[in-house]
Amino acid sequence: MNLFDGPDPRAGAESLADHERRLGPLAPARAGLIEAIERSGLLGRGGASFPVGAKWRSVAGRSGGPAVVLANGAEGEPLSRKDQLLMWARPHLVLDGARLAADAVGADRVLLYVGEEHRSAAGALARALAERPAAQRRRFAMVAAPARYVAGEESAAVHFVNDGVAVPTATPPRPYERGVEGRPTLVQNVESLAQAALVARGGGAGTVLLTVAGAVQRPGVVEVPAGTTVGEAVGRAGGASASPRAVLLGGYFGTWLEVGEAWRLPLDPAALRAAGGSLGCGVVSVLPASASPVEETARIMRTLAAESVAQCGPCFFGLRALADACGRLAARRPEPDDLLRLGRWSAEVRGRGACRHPDGAAGFLQSALRVFAYEFAAAAGAGRRAAA
Amino acid sequence: MTISIDRTRCAGHGLCAELLPELIRLDDWGYPIIQPGPVPEHLAAHARRALAACPALALRLSQQTPRFDSGTSQRSSRR
Repeated sequence: MNLFDGPDPRAGAESLADHERRLGPLAPARAGLIEAIERSGLLGRGGASFPVGAKWRSVAGRSGGPAVVLANGAEGEPLSRKDQLLMWARPHLVLDGARLAADAVGADRVLLYVGEEHRSAAGALARALAERPAAQRRRFAMVAAPARYVAGEESAAVHFVNDGVAVPTATPPRPYERGVEGRPTLVQNVESLAQAALVARGGGAGTVLLTVAGAVQRPGVVEVPAGTTVGEAVGRAGGASASPRAVLLGGYFGTWLEVGEAWRLPLDPAALRAAGGSLGCGVVSVLPASASPVEETARIMRTLAAESVAQCGPCFFGLRALADACGRLAARRPEPDDLLRLGRWSAEVRGRGACRHPDGAAGFLQSALRVFAYEFAAAAGAGRRAAA
Repeated sequence: MTISIDRTRCAGHGLCAELLPELIRLDDWGYPIIQPGPVPEHLAAHARRALAACPALALRLSQQTPRFDSGTSQRSSRR
Protein backbone atom coordinates (compact mmCIF):
# COMPACT_ATOMS: atom_id res chain seq x y z
CA MET A 1 0.00 0.00 0.00
CA ASN A 2 1.65 3.20 -1.26
CA LEU A 3 0.90 6.90 -0.77
CA PHE A 4 0.68 7.48 -4.50
CA ASP A 5 -1.30 4.36 -5.45
CA GLY A 6 -4.26 5.33 -7.59
CA PRO A 7 -4.31 8.17 -10.11
CA ASP A 8 -1.10 9.86 -11.27
CA PRO A 9 -0.19 12.39 -8.54
CA ARG A 10 0.56 14.97 -11.25
CA ALA A 11 -3.15 14.93 -12.14
CA GLY A 12 -3.92 16.83 -8.94
CA ALA A 13 -6.05 16.21 -5.87
CA GLU A 14 -7.92 12.95 -5.51
CA SER A 15 -11.53 13.67 -4.50
CA LEU A 16 -13.06 12.28 -1.31
CA ALA A 17 -15.29 9.98 -3.38
CA ASP A 18 -12.33 8.55 -5.31
CA HIS A 19 -10.23 8.31 -2.16
CA GLU A 20 -12.92 6.33 -0.32
CA ARG A 21 -13.71 4.16 -3.34
CA ARG A 22 -10.05 3.20 -3.53
CA LEU A 23 -9.22 2.77 0.15
CA GLY A 24 -12.61 2.40 1.84
CA PRO A 25 -13.91 4.87 4.39
CA LEU A 26 -11.72 5.53 7.38
CA ALA A 27 -12.84 3.73 10.53
CA PRO A 28 -12.41 5.70 13.78
CA ALA A 29 -9.01 5.14 15.41
CA ARG A 30 -9.18 1.73 17.03
CA ALA A 31 -7.58 0.79 20.29
CA GLY A 32 -4.18 -0.55 19.42
CA LEU A 33 -3.49 1.92 16.60
CA ILE A 34 -0.48 3.34 18.41
CA GLU A 35 0.86 -0.19 18.88
CA ALA A 36 0.30 -0.90 15.18
CA ILE A 37 2.25 2.24 14.26
CA GLU A 38 5.03 1.24 16.63
CA ARG A 39 5.12 -2.23 15.07
CA SER A 40 5.32 -0.70 11.59
CA GLY A 41 8.56 1.03 12.63
CA LEU A 42 7.34 4.30 11.09
CA LEU A 43 9.85 7.09 11.64
CA GLY A 44 9.01 10.80 11.28
CA ARG A 45 9.50 12.18 7.78
CA GLY A 46 10.03 15.82 8.67
CA GLY A 47 13.77 15.50 9.20
CA ALA A 48 14.49 14.07 12.64
CA SER A 49 13.38 10.46 11.94
CA PHE A 50 11.84 10.26 15.41
CA PRO A 51 9.63 7.16 15.96
CA VAL A 52 6.03 8.19 15.25
CA GLY A 53 4.37 5.70 17.60
CA ALA A 54 6.49 6.82 20.55
CA LYS A 55 5.62 10.44 19.80
CA TRP A 56 1.87 9.75 19.76
CA ARG A 57 2.17 7.77 22.96
CA SER A 58 3.99 10.59 24.75
CA VAL A 59 1.19 13.04 23.85
CA ALA A 60 -1.60 10.55 24.63
CA GLY A 61 -0.10 9.97 28.06
CA ARG A 62 -0.24 13.66 29.10
CA SER A 63 -2.88 15.31 31.15
CA GLY A 64 -3.36 19.08 30.88
CA GLY A 65 -6.57 19.22 28.90
CA PRO A 66 -7.44 17.96 25.47
CA ALA A 67 -4.41 17.75 23.19
CA VAL A 68 -3.79 19.55 19.88
CA VAL A 69 -2.48 18.03 16.65
CA LEU A 70 -0.38 20.27 14.43
CA ALA A 71 -0.01 18.71 10.97
CA ASN A 72 3.29 20.09 9.77
CA GLY A 73 3.35 20.99 6.08
CA ALA A 74 5.66 24.01 6.44
CA GLU A 75 8.31 22.35 4.21
CA GLY A 76 10.84 25.17 4.52
CA GLU A 77 13.74 23.06 3.23
CA PRO A 78 14.66 24.74 -0.08
CA LEU A 79 15.28 21.50 -1.99
CA SER A 80 12.25 19.57 -0.73
CA ARG A 81 8.98 19.27 -2.68
CA LYS A 82 7.50 16.02 -1.38
CA ASP A 83 5.18 17.46 1.28
CA GLN A 84 3.74 19.97 -1.20
CA LEU A 85 3.06 17.24 -3.74
CA LEU A 86 1.52 14.96 -1.12
CA MET A 87 -0.83 17.68 0.21
CA TRP A 88 -1.72 18.68 -3.34
CA ALA A 89 -2.31 15.21 -4.78
CA ARG A 90 -3.47 13.19 -1.72
CA PRO A 91 -5.05 15.72 0.64
CA HIS A 92 -7.51 13.18 2.02
CA LEU A 93 -4.73 10.85 3.09
CA VAL A 94 -3.21 13.73 5.08
CA LEU A 95 -6.61 14.59 6.60
CA ASP A 96 -7.21 10.91 7.47
CA GLY A 97 -3.84 10.74 9.23
CA ALA A 98 -4.47 13.96 11.13
CA ARG A 99 -7.90 12.72 12.19
CA LEU A 100 -6.52 9.39 13.39
CA ALA A 101 -3.74 11.16 15.29
CA ALA A 102 -6.31 13.42 16.95
CA ASP A 103 -8.40 10.41 17.99
CA ALA A 104 -5.37 8.48 19.21
CA VAL A 105 -3.87 11.28 21.33
CA GLY A 106 -7.17 12.76 22.53
CA ALA A 107 -7.06 16.05 20.58
CA ASP A 108 -10.07 18.28 19.96
CA ARG A 109 -8.18 20.58 17.56
CA VAL A 110 -6.19 19.88 14.41
CA LEU A 111 -4.14 22.66 12.86
CA LEU A 112 -3.05 22.25 9.25
CA TYR A 113 0.17 24.26 9.26
CA VAL A 114 1.12 24.78 5.60
CA GLY A 115 3.94 26.95 4.21
CA GLU A 116 2.46 30.24 2.99
CA GLU A 117 4.32 29.91 -0.31
CA HIS A 118 2.79 26.45 -0.94
CA ARG A 119 -0.47 27.93 -2.20
CA SER A 120 -1.67 25.07 -4.38
CA ALA A 121 -1.06 22.56 -1.59
CA ALA A 122 -2.95 24.71 0.92
CA GLY A 123 -5.76 25.17 -1.60
CA ALA A 124 -6.06 21.42 -2.17
CA LEU A 125 -6.21 20.76 1.58
CA ALA A 126 -8.84 23.45 2.08
CA ARG A 127 -10.99 22.03 -0.74
CA ALA A 128 -10.57 18.51 0.63
CA LEU A 129 -11.66 19.73 4.06
CA ALA A 130 -14.76 21.28 2.51
CA GLU A 131 -15.68 17.83 1.12
CA ARG A 132 -15.74 16.36 4.62
CA PRO A 133 -18.89 16.26 6.79
CA ALA A 134 -19.32 19.31 9.03
CA ALA A 135 -18.95 17.23 12.20
CA GLN A 136 -15.45 16.19 11.09
CA ARG A 137 -14.49 19.61 9.83
CA ARG A 138 -15.20 21.36 13.10
CA ARG A 139 -11.93 20.25 14.71
CA PHE A 140 -9.78 21.49 11.80
CA ALA A 141 -8.28 24.90 11.10
CA MET A 142 -5.70 26.02 8.55
CA VAL A 143 -2.67 28.09 9.54
CA ALA A 144 -0.24 29.63 7.02
CA ALA A 145 3.36 29.00 8.09
CA PRO A 146 5.83 31.85 7.38
CA ALA A 147 8.29 31.12 4.57
CA ARG A 148 11.32 30.71 6.81
CA TYR A 149 13.55 27.72 7.27
CA VAL A 150 12.98 27.40 11.02
CA ALA A 151 9.19 27.93 10.84
CA GLY A 152 8.77 24.15 10.57
CA GLU A 153 10.81 23.41 13.71
CA GLU A 154 8.25 22.13 16.18
CA SER A 155 8.70 24.66 18.98
CA ALA A 156 8.72 27.47 16.38
CA ALA A 157 5.46 26.18 14.88
CA VAL A 158 3.84 26.15 18.33
CA HIS A 159 5.27 29.61 19.13
CA PHE A 160 3.81 30.95 15.88
CA VAL A 161 0.34 29.59 16.60
CA ASN A 162 0.42 30.94 20.16
CA ASP A 163 2.09 34.33 19.67
CA GLY A 164 2.58 34.89 15.95
CA VAL A 165 6.36 34.51 16.22
CA ALA A 166 7.79 31.61 14.19
CA VAL A 167 10.96 31.37 16.25
CA PRO A 168 12.06 28.35 18.29
CA THR A 169 11.71 28.54 22.04
CA ALA A 170 14.09 27.22 24.66
CA THR A 171 13.14 23.73 25.74
CA PRO A 172 11.87 22.28 28.04
CA PRO A 173 8.95 22.29 27.95
CA ARG A 174 8.69 20.54 24.61
CA PRO A 175 5.45 20.79 22.61
CA TYR A 176 4.27 17.32 23.68
CA GLU A 177 4.36 18.59 27.26
CA ARG A 178 3.06 22.12 26.78
CA GLY A 179 2.35 23.38 23.28
CA VAL A 180 -0.51 25.19 21.61
CA GLU A 181 -2.44 27.12 24.29
CA GLY A 182 -0.35 25.33 26.87
CA ARG A 183 -1.89 21.99 25.91
CA PRO A 184 0.00 18.81 24.98
CA THR A 185 0.63 19.13 21.25
CA LEU A 186 1.58 16.56 18.65
CA VAL A 187 3.62 18.21 15.89
CA GLN A 188 3.81 15.69 13.06
CA ASN A 189 4.98 16.00 9.47
CA VAL A 190 2.22 15.50 6.87
CA GLU A 191 3.93 12.52 5.21
CA SER A 192 4.20 10.80 8.60
CA LEU A 193 0.46 11.39 9.10
CA ALA A 194 -0.40 10.04 5.64
CA GLN A 195 1.73 6.95 6.31
CA ALA A 196 -0.12 6.46 9.62
CA ALA A 197 -3.41 6.55 7.68
CA LEU A 198 -2.13 3.64 5.57
CA VAL A 199 -1.00 1.73 8.65
CA ALA A 200 -4.52 2.13 10.09
CA ARG A 201 -5.83 0.45 6.93
CA GLY A 202 -3.45 -2.45 7.25
CA GLY A 203 -0.48 -1.02 5.32
CA GLY A 204 3.07 -1.25 6.51
CA ALA A 205 4.61 2.21 6.02
CA GLY A 206 6.93 0.51 3.55
CA THR A 207 7.71 3.45 1.27
CA VAL A 208 9.39 6.84 1.52
CA LEU A 209 8.85 10.01 -0.47
CA LEU A 210 12.01 11.52 -1.91
CA THR A 211 12.73 14.76 -3.69
CA VAL A 212 15.42 13.97 -6.26
CA ALA A 213 17.22 17.17 -7.26
CA GLY A 214 20.39 18.51 -8.86
CA ALA A 215 22.05 16.90 -11.87
CA VAL A 216 19.31 14.42 -12.77
CA GLN A 217 17.21 14.05 -15.93
CA ARG A 218 13.80 14.56 -14.31
CA PRO A 219 14.08 16.33 -10.96
CA GLY A 220 11.04 15.78 -8.78
CA VAL A 221 9.30 13.65 -6.19
CA VAL A 222 9.37 9.85 -6.29
CA GLU A 223 7.92 7.25 -3.94
CA VAL A 224 10.25 4.31 -3.41
CA PRO A 225 10.19 1.24 -1.18
CA ALA A 226 12.26 1.72 1.97
CA GLY A 227 15.65 0.21 1.30
CA THR A 228 15.88 1.41 -2.30
CA THR A 229 19.44 2.51 -2.95
CA VAL A 230 20.40 6.08 -3.76
CA GLY A 231 21.46 4.95 -7.24
CA GLU A 232 18.05 3.34 -7.88
CA ALA A 233 16.28 6.49 -6.60
CA VAL A 234 18.29 8.62 -9.01
CA GLY A 235 17.34 6.10 -11.71
CA ARG A 236 13.67 6.74 -10.95
CA ALA A 237 14.35 10.41 -11.75
CA GLY A 238 15.74 9.44 -15.15
CA GLY A 239 19.32 8.95 -13.97
CA ALA A 240 22.14 11.45 -13.59
CA SER A 241 22.30 14.14 -16.27
CA ALA A 242 26.04 14.60 -15.88
CA SER A 243 28.90 12.65 -14.36
CA PRO A 244 28.11 12.74 -10.61
CA ARG A 245 30.68 13.78 -8.01
CA ALA A 246 28.71 13.57 -4.74
CA VAL A 247 25.22 13.28 -3.31
CA LEU A 248 23.65 15.56 -0.72
CA LEU A 249 21.35 13.39 1.35
CA GLY A 250 18.71 15.00 3.57
CA GLY A 251 18.79 18.55 2.24
CA TYR A 252 20.58 21.60 3.63
CA PHE A 253 20.69 19.97 7.07
CA GLY A 254 21.93 16.77 5.50
CA THR A 255 25.15 15.02 4.67
CA TRP A 256 27.40 15.02 1.61
CA LEU A 257 28.41 11.55 0.49
CA GLU A 258 31.01 10.47 -2.03
CA VAL A 259 29.13 9.22 -5.08
CA GLY A 260 30.71 5.74 -4.87
CA GLU A 261 29.69 5.41 -1.23
CA ALA A 262 26.22 6.88 -1.76
CA TRP A 263 25.09 4.93 -4.82
CA ARG A 264 24.70 1.58 -3.06
CA LEU A 265 23.37 3.01 0.21
CA PRO A 266 19.83 1.85 1.05
CA LEU A 267 17.39 4.71 1.70
CA ASP A 268 15.82 3.20 4.75
CA PRO A 269 15.48 5.55 7.73
CA ALA A 270 16.49 2.86 10.22
CA ALA A 271 19.40 1.56 8.12
CA LEU A 272 20.72 5.07 7.48
CA ARG A 273 20.51 5.88 11.15
CA ALA A 274 22.47 2.76 11.93
CA ALA A 275 25.07 3.89 9.38
CA GLY A 276 25.34 7.28 11.14
CA GLY A 277 23.43 9.14 8.42
CA SER A 278 19.85 10.25 8.12
CA LEU A 279 17.15 10.33 5.52
CA GLY A 280 16.33 13.79 6.86
CA CYS A 281 13.43 15.17 4.89
CA GLY A 282 14.09 12.82 1.97
CA VAL A 283 16.14 15.04 -0.32
CA VAL A 284 18.58 13.32 -2.68
CA SER A 285 20.55 15.96 -4.59
CA VAL A 286 23.23 15.05 -7.13
CA LEU A 287 26.29 17.31 -7.51
CA PRO A 288 27.87 16.99 -10.96
CA ALA A 289 31.65 16.61 -11.32
CA SER A 290 31.65 19.86 -13.32
CA ALA A 291 30.47 21.91 -10.30
CA SER A 292 32.74 23.35 -7.62
CA PRO A 293 31.97 21.60 -4.32
CA VAL A 294 33.47 24.50 -2.34
CA GLU A 295 31.24 27.02 -4.12
CA GLU A 296 28.16 24.82 -3.66
CA THR A 297 28.95 24.38 0.03
CA ALA A 298 29.51 28.14 0.43
CA ARG A 299 26.19 28.88 -1.28
CA ILE A 300 24.25 26.59 1.05
CA MET A 301 26.10 27.90 4.12
CA ARG A 302 25.12 31.45 3.13
CA THR A 303 21.47 30.41 3.03
CA LEU A 304 21.70 28.62 6.39
CA ALA A 305 23.42 31.64 7.98
CA ALA A 306 20.74 33.97 6.60
CA GLU A 307 18.06 31.63 7.97
CA SER A 308 19.36 31.92 11.53
CA VAL A 309 16.69 33.89 13.35
CA ALA A 310 19.43 35.69 15.30
CA GLN A 311 18.05 34.51 18.61
CA CYS A 312 21.11 32.64 19.88
CA GLY A 313 24.60 34.18 19.61
CA PRO A 314 26.57 31.05 18.64
CA CYS A 315 24.16 30.36 15.76
CA PHE A 316 23.87 33.94 14.50
CA PHE A 317 27.57 34.87 14.70
CA GLY A 318 28.94 31.36 14.19
CA LEU A 319 27.03 30.50 11.01
CA ARG A 320 27.77 33.92 9.54
CA ALA A 321 31.49 33.49 10.22
CA LEU A 322 31.43 29.97 8.77
CA ALA A 323 29.61 31.15 5.65
CA ASP A 324 32.07 34.04 5.22
CA ALA A 325 35.09 31.72 5.53
CA CYS A 326 33.53 29.30 3.01
CA GLY A 327 32.88 32.22 0.69
CA ARG A 328 36.52 33.37 0.89
CA LEU A 329 37.72 29.83 0.13
CA ALA A 330 35.31 29.53 -2.80
CA ALA A 331 36.61 32.86 -4.16
CA ARG A 332 40.20 31.63 -3.66
CA ARG A 333 40.85 34.56 -1.33
CA PRO A 334 41.02 32.82 2.07
CA GLU A 335 42.53 34.21 5.23
CA PRO A 336 45.43 32.04 6.44
CA ASP A 337 43.45 30.16 9.10
CA ASP A 338 40.12 29.77 7.30
CA LEU A 339 40.29 26.02 6.79
CA LEU A 340 41.26 25.41 10.43
CA ARG A 341 38.55 27.79 11.57
CA LEU A 342 35.91 25.86 9.60
CA GLY A 343 36.84 22.71 11.50
CA ARG A 344 36.95 24.39 14.91
CA TRP A 345 33.89 26.63 14.60
CA SER A 346 31.69 23.91 13.10
CA ALA A 347 32.46 21.71 16.13
CA GLU A 348 31.90 24.60 18.53
CA VAL A 349 28.46 25.74 17.34
CA ARG A 350 26.93 22.29 17.79
CA GLY A 351 24.41 21.98 20.59
CA ARG A 352 24.54 25.70 21.34
CA GLY A 353 21.21 26.94 20.04
CA ALA A 354 17.66 26.75 21.36
CA CYS A 355 16.88 24.62 18.29
CA ARG A 356 18.94 22.34 16.06
CA HIS A 357 19.61 24.93 13.36
CA PRO A 358 23.33 25.35 14.22
CA ASP A 359 23.70 21.57 14.56
CA GLY A 360 22.19 20.97 11.15
CA ALA A 361 24.43 23.56 9.51
CA ALA A 362 27.51 22.25 11.32
CA GLY A 363 26.79 18.66 10.34
CA PHE A 364 26.33 19.70 6.72
CA LEU A 365 29.63 21.60 6.70
CA GLN A 366 31.57 18.86 8.47
CA SER A 367 30.42 16.37 5.85
CA ALA A 368 31.60 18.79 3.15
CA LEU A 369 35.02 19.09 4.79
CA ARG A 370 35.25 15.29 4.86
CA VAL A 371 34.03 14.51 1.34
CA PHE A 372 35.62 17.53 -0.35
CA ALA A 373 38.81 17.55 1.75
CA TYR A 374 40.95 17.78 -1.37
CA GLU A 375 39.01 20.68 -2.88
CA PHE A 376 38.96 22.65 0.38
CA ALA A 377 42.70 22.10 0.86
CA ALA A 378 43.33 23.23 -2.73
CA ALA A 379 41.26 26.35 -2.15
CA ALA A 380 43.22 27.14 1.01
CA GLY A 381 46.49 26.43 -0.82
CA ALA A 382 45.53 28.72 -3.68
CA GLY A 383 45.07 31.49 -1.14
CA ARG A 384 48.50 30.84 0.35
CA ARG A 385 50.17 30.90 -3.07
CA ALA A 386 48.38 34.12 -3.96
CA ALA A 387 49.57 35.71 -0.71
CA ALA A 388 53.19 34.60 -1.22
CA MET B 1 24.57 19.31 39.49
CA THR B 2 24.91 20.50 35.90
CA ILE B 3 25.00 23.92 34.26
CA SER B 4 22.87 24.78 31.28
CA ILE B 5 22.24 27.96 29.33
CA ASP B 6 19.08 29.41 27.86
CA ARG B 7 20.67 30.47 24.58
CA THR B 8 17.75 32.69 23.71
CA ARG B 9 18.58 34.83 26.76
CA CYS B 10 22.39 34.75 26.71
CA ALA B 11 23.77 38.00 25.27
CA GLY B 12 27.45 37.14 25.61
CA HIS B 13 28.30 39.33 28.61
CA GLY B 14 30.95 36.77 29.53
CA LEU B 15 30.85 37.11 33.32
CA CYS B 16 30.27 33.37 33.73
CA ALA B 17 33.58 32.57 32.06
CA GLU B 18 35.38 35.02 34.37
CA LEU B 19 33.81 33.58 37.48
CA LEU B 20 34.05 29.92 36.47
CA PRO B 21 36.95 29.57 34.02
CA GLU B 22 37.43 25.94 35.08
CA LEU B 23 34.18 24.98 33.35
CA ILE B 24 33.29 27.83 31.02
CA ARG B 25 35.26 29.41 28.20
CA LEU B 26 34.17 31.87 25.54
CA ASP B 27 34.01 31.31 21.80
CA ASP B 28 35.40 33.79 19.27
CA TRP B 29 32.24 35.92 19.60
CA GLY B 30 32.16 35.99 23.38
CA TYR B 31 29.50 33.35 23.97
CA PRO B 32 30.07 30.68 26.62
CA ILE B 33 31.09 27.11 25.90
CA ILE B 34 30.39 24.86 28.85
CA GLN B 35 32.42 21.79 29.58
CA PRO B 36 29.99 18.87 29.50
CA GLY B 37 29.34 16.81 32.59
CA PRO B 38 28.46 17.50 36.21
CA VAL B 39 29.91 20.38 38.22
CA PRO B 40 32.59 19.04 40.59
CA GLU B 41 31.74 19.50 44.27
CA HIS B 42 34.56 21.95 44.94
CA LEU B 43 33.30 24.29 42.18
CA ALA B 44 29.64 24.29 43.24
CA ALA B 45 29.90 27.62 45.09
CA HIS B 46 31.63 29.24 42.10
CA ALA B 47 28.93 27.89 39.80
CA ARG B 48 26.21 29.42 41.97
CA ARG B 49 28.08 32.75 41.97
CA ALA B 50 28.32 32.68 38.16
CA LEU B 51 24.60 31.96 37.96
CA ALA B 52 23.77 34.89 40.20
CA ALA B 53 26.08 37.24 38.29
CA CYS B 54 24.58 36.62 34.82
CA PRO B 55 22.96 39.92 33.77
CA ALA B 56 20.68 38.08 31.32
CA LEU B 57 19.56 35.43 33.84
CA ALA B 58 20.51 32.85 31.22
CA LEU B 59 22.32 30.31 33.39
CA ARG B 60 20.61 27.43 35.12
CA LEU B 61 21.79 24.84 37.57
CA SER B 62 19.90 21.61 37.74
CA GLN B 63 20.17 18.41 39.71
CA GLN B 64 19.28 16.14 36.83
CA THR B 65 20.61 15.66 33.33
CA PRO B 66 19.91 18.82 31.34
CA ARG B 67 17.20 18.53 28.74
CA PHE B 68 18.57 21.29 26.57
CA ASP B 69 21.87 22.93 25.72
CA SER B 70 24.65 21.80 27.96
CA GLY B 71 27.38 21.91 25.37
CA THR B 72 26.81 18.28 24.50
CA SER B 73 24.88 17.35 21.43
CA GLN B 74 21.96 15.12 22.23
CA ARG B 75 19.62 14.35 19.36
CA SER B 76 16.15 15.66 19.80
CA SER B 77 13.17 15.72 17.56
CA ARG B 78 12.89 18.48 15.05
CA ARG B 79 9.82 19.00 12.94
